[in-house]
Amino acid sequence: MSENVKKEKDLTAEIKNLVVEFRTDYGVVQALNGLDIEIERGKTLGLVGETGAGKTTTGLSLLRLIPDPPGVIVSGSIKLDGKDILAMDEKEMQKLRGKTVAMIFQDPMTSLDPVMTVEDQIAEVIRLHEEGSKQDHLKRAREMLELVGIPGSRGGEYPHQFSGGMKQRVVIAMALACNPELLIADEPTTALDVTIQAQVLEMMKGLREKYNTSMLMITHDLGIVAEICDEVSVIYAGRVIEHGTLEDIFENTRHPYTEGLFNSLPNLEDRQAQLKPIKGLMPDPSNLPKGCAFCPRCDYAMEICKTEKPQRVYRNETHYVECHLYNKDNIQEGKVGRR
Amino acid sequence: MSTQPLLDVRNLKKYFKTSRGMLHAVDDVTFTIERGKTLGVVGESGCGKSTTGRAILRLLEPTSGEVYFEGEDVVKLSKEEMRKKRAEMQIIFQDPFSSLNPRKTISQIIADPLKINKIITNKNDQMDRVRELMEIVGLADRLINTYPHELDGGRRQRIGIARALAMNPKFIVCDEPVSALDVSIQAQILNLLKELQNKMGLTYMFITHDLSVVNHFSDDIAVMYLGRLIEKAPSEELFANPVHPYTQALLSAIPIPSLRNRRERIILKGEITSPIEPPAACRFANRCPRATERCHGEEPPLKEISPGHFVSCFLAE
Repeated sequence: MSENVKKEKDLTAEIKNLVVEFRTDYGVVQALNGLDIEIERGKTLGLVGETGAGKTTTGLSLLRLIPDPPGVIVSGSIKLDGKDILAMDEKEMQKLRGKTVAMIFQDPMTSLDPVMTVEDQIAEVIRLHEEGSKQDHLKRAREMLELVGIPGSRGGEYPHQFSGGMKQRVVIAMALACNPELLIADEPTTALDVTIQAQVLEMMKGLREKYNTSMLMITHDLGIVAEICDEVSVIYAGRVIEHGTLEDIFENTRHPYTEGLFNSLPNLEDRQAQLKPIKGLMPDPSNLPKGCAFCPRCDYAMEICKTEKPQRVYRNETHYVECHLYNKDNIQEGKVGRR
Repeated sequence: MSTQPLLDVRNLKKYFKTSRGMLHAVDDVTFTIERGKTLGVVGESGCGKSTTGRAILRLLEPTSGEVYFEGEDVVKLSKEEMRKKRAEMQIIFQDPFSSLNPRKTISQIIADPLKINKIITNKNDQMDRVRELMEIVGLADRLINTYPHELDGGRRQRIGIARALAMNPKFIVCDEPVSALDVSIQAQILNLLKELQNKMGLTYMFITHDLSVVNHFSDDIAVMYLGRLIEKAPSEELFANPVHPYTQALLSAIPIPSLRNRRERIILKGEITSPIEPPAACRFANRCPRATERCHGEEPPLKEISPGHFVSCFLAE
């Protein structure tokens, strides 16, 4: 049923049943375990989960930058603009990176070269993908700086001469320099203060509208998701365990883990409300539970959860959940309680 | 005043010498914390909130000012007296990855303060106390001989808390204790800190940049900007009625995890003034949407506009 719906979508990126392992001396780490993701053109998908859930691995796999060894793509498919990137050779891949898909890394302090001026760093990306003279590229680099709100005249300065917020804007300018179809933003504002974060998010919204860029927003902050995303995939132990539109996830929460994420957050409107943490810890990815990966931490766990992986149940065309609590008859009514 | 506050900080200053001049990290900060209460200190990175916490404990020597702890000015204490005083004034650090010695086991880390201060000298008694502390902070007994790198961030932060509690302190500076943790773990640690406060009557200075956390956790909130305390009020008052334009912008910038009650954002323009030899002006004037000529030429004093609500802004007059 859902297959028919998907065919009509204009997808910038599509990951299907992706399995990624890190084969280390200490054992096999199962980073992604059948991950599915779709990003429609011009839309922003939020990828939400805790440290070690596989968020960054997902981002890197879209660029085919998973360190190999020890990382191995075991099975599954990754398509960008309908093209299978796993079938490409390294040369083709290089043409794609920065041009079709670009990534903003979490820490602006370490993702810039300290001994290169910022305009040279931005021009380098343009030179790799576009024709023209060095002067053209530098001119374009300065335009990009202006676009993210930094005077072009400061292009000749080095990263250490900029504040954290400005450095992150330089990184964003670099990612946008070749007007990519897909922008992967890995916790782009985590290292920034809230007022600067608000500036950067506002700017990203503006640029997205201007260029109709698709975006994968990797974050652990549900506040940022509510701010900027169209759809949300909640990821746990390398699988999407709940997916839907903002409204599906925020107003019709189904998975106990998603509920737990919401209930862990302090409520601004009710100071007295007790925080309800999720008990326990993420499972060891080199030793995942046999049944549902969330089972050991779940307040609703049943016998079946220990032994069998839950199947996907759809609430509507966009909203699905992988949890034994639900079947197609009871998915419309919620089973979990928000605080 | 009928009751004496546990901590009374007056005109605290901490300047750092740099090649370009004096950096005013903490500039004339005055506040009190009542016994058994929590003061949340918020502000952006570089606003001086951590430096304030460290200057109070004299982990950084204050440039000037007074810090009265139970009526006694700890700035005047000798080094040796201060070392003893720190039994009552402890700190929990932000990063549970770098604040624990990687070559010591958990039991050694927690026992260290007991040994150093010669509180418990008998080895067996030390271990009993370590076990007791581990139980208080929710660390399983079997972890007693593990090393920090074997544990996750939440457990490591629990070690830091156990170490701070070892001396039975009255006052703890919590310097961003949950910033490095995932939300689900963050809630576990916040609940633990609150429970300990209720049980032991602890007083906290809770330093953070996360405003939803501070609102949940604190009785009073102080907002700092570039070394200055610009607004202080009871938490509910501050969130309901922020007066300083910076506080207003800060509160409006919190991303709210809900689709209802979306608010208008105040987006600040302009860059932060340098804290090195700052001019005699309001330090927020460069970014302030409501700044007047006066703000650029004169520094607004901290004034009490309603009981317990202090603001340093000409607009509040």
